[in-house]
Amino acid sequence: MKDLWTMIWKEWKDFLWSGGRSDLLRPLLNLTVLGIILPLSFGQDWIHLAAAPVLIVLFTPFMFVILIISDAIAGERERHTLETLLASRISDRAILLSKVLVTVGYNWGMTFLCLLLGDVVVNWSQRLEPWEFYQPIRLFTVVLVFCFLTTLLAASGGVLISLKSITVRQASQTMLLGLILFGLAIATVVKLLPPELTASLTTPQMVLVILLVMVVLDAILLVASLFSFQRSRLLLR
Amino acid sequence: MSESIIHTEHLCRSFGSIKAVDGLSMDVPSGIIFGFLGPNGAGKTTTIHLLLGLLEPDHGTARVMGFDTRSQAAEIRNRSGALLEFSGLYERMSAEDNLELYGRIYCMPGSERKARGRELLTHLDLWDRRKEKVGSWSRGMKQKIAIARALLHHPPLLFLDEPTAGLDPVAAAALHADLTGLAANEGVTVFLNTHNLAEAEKLCGQVGVIRNGKLIAMGSPDELRLKNGGHKVAILGNGFNKQTLTLLRARPEVKQAEIQNGHLILALNGGDKIGPLVTLIVQSGAEIEDIARGGESLEDLFLTLMQEENP
Repeated sequence: MKDLWTMIWKEWKDFLWSGGRSDLLRPLLNLTVLGIILPLSFGQDWIHLAAAPVLIVLFTPFMFVILIISDAIAGERERHTLETLLASRISDRAILLSKVLVTVGYNWGMTFLCLLLGDVVVNWSQRLEPWEFYQPIRLFTVVLVFCFLTTLLAASGGVLISLKSITVRQASQTMLLGLILFGLAIATVVKLLPPELTASLTTPQMVLVILLVMVVLDAILLVASLFSFQRSRLLLR
Repeated sequence: MSESIIHTEHLCRSFGSIKAVDGLSMDVPSGIIFGFLGPNGAGKTTTIHLLLGLLEPDHGTARVMGFDTRSQAAEIRNRSGALLEFSGLYERMSAEDNLELYGRIYCMPGSERKARGRELLTHLDLWDRRKEKVGSWSRGMKQKIAIARALLHHPPLLFLDEPTAGLDPVAAAALHADLTGLAANEGVTVFLNTHNLAEAEKLCGQVGVIRNGKLIAMGSPDELRLKNGGHKVAILGNGFNKQTLTLLRARPEVKQAEIQNGHLILALNGGDKIGPLVTLIVQSGAEIEDIARGGESLEDLFLTLMQEENP
């Protein structure tokens, strides 16, 4: 556990907040786009969780995760810091979990902050009386849970891809390709489902099934990345 | 000889068809600076990776500080410090934070981390620049902080891969003094990969020479000189001729005799008495003006070994 905190401290210092003003750029960009510009554009649809805003909220952190996680292992390899880290006493598991946790935590936390800011922005710009929060609140909760699961999926998958990539560029390109293939696979599966099966499910049941599938996929990818992340496999030649 | 801190037996590691380390068997005594010499691609870095358990050997075994590199590598890494091929510094972090990170990794208490960090940074003249991100530093300064990082937790065994690369002569001399002091006063063993043969000659109690993954020579620099050419004597004078050479070559203590630029160069088989040889030269009619004695340098020896292995 101490190793994990050490590595989380390192990830925070190295990647997210090393103390310079430039470190503010990424969160500010995130907050500006997802917390101000998009809520202003969608107006009340934003806090009423119409289909388009929900898709954007779910998709944006996914993209940010891809950018961050591709740097996680491949970036350390490219900057020649991985070898020295592996030569220390730190455990493989602490290195991997810190990268996944920091990526998921940062992106999920940032999305949550953006949503809160978006609510303030919409209420203020639309001069709503009384003040409104996201509704239906159950859908808002589902969005947050789903957002967590998608970022975890992207982070775990990203680690797996990053393990095999020599450069960050290679990792990013492979992840984008993976994202496209994943989207196509989902579309194909949905198309192949018998119409009577989907028709027989209520919307909450459908959401539950999707969440369960996501949990299973997350677990598989996380276990696979834990299994693959071994020192003897990390020094590529 | 003191107990071996590193012991390998028939260690092999290949990458595809390339045998990076091929049947490496050696013992490195503790408390010395051991120089591991070899040309680029000889297998020096792979050997360090194997000894740290970062790579698994295809065959053979290695024990470091009594721990098996396959099954107890974490124990080895816990007790050793390493400066590998690259400095491995986090360039977006300050010098202080880089040391703080490795202090935390080695579970040093906060007060000890700070005190040790201050001690090392002060010693390296970097204390005033501790808050700067190391990305903006010169290669030599990065190398200094990377050395400090490797020494931070007082490891009994240090793996250093070309540690003076990028250091200015003053900093390199200071590092040499530090390493000598660590080995002599604190009993730290230093496994030093280097191309710098003068550095190895100056620092190392023992050296191993590796080529194409195979250990081709091992021992103290003096032992290797004796095995591979012995001591050299350069005699300045007049009248050296074929007869002089014939007489000298007939002597058992003379391994080689030749005339180069008017100098008579003798390679001796270890004996240090040259009086009888001087008499012989004078009797052959030659005149002697000066005699310069000296061992073959490690560089000469290294080049000889490389030529022998590369027909």
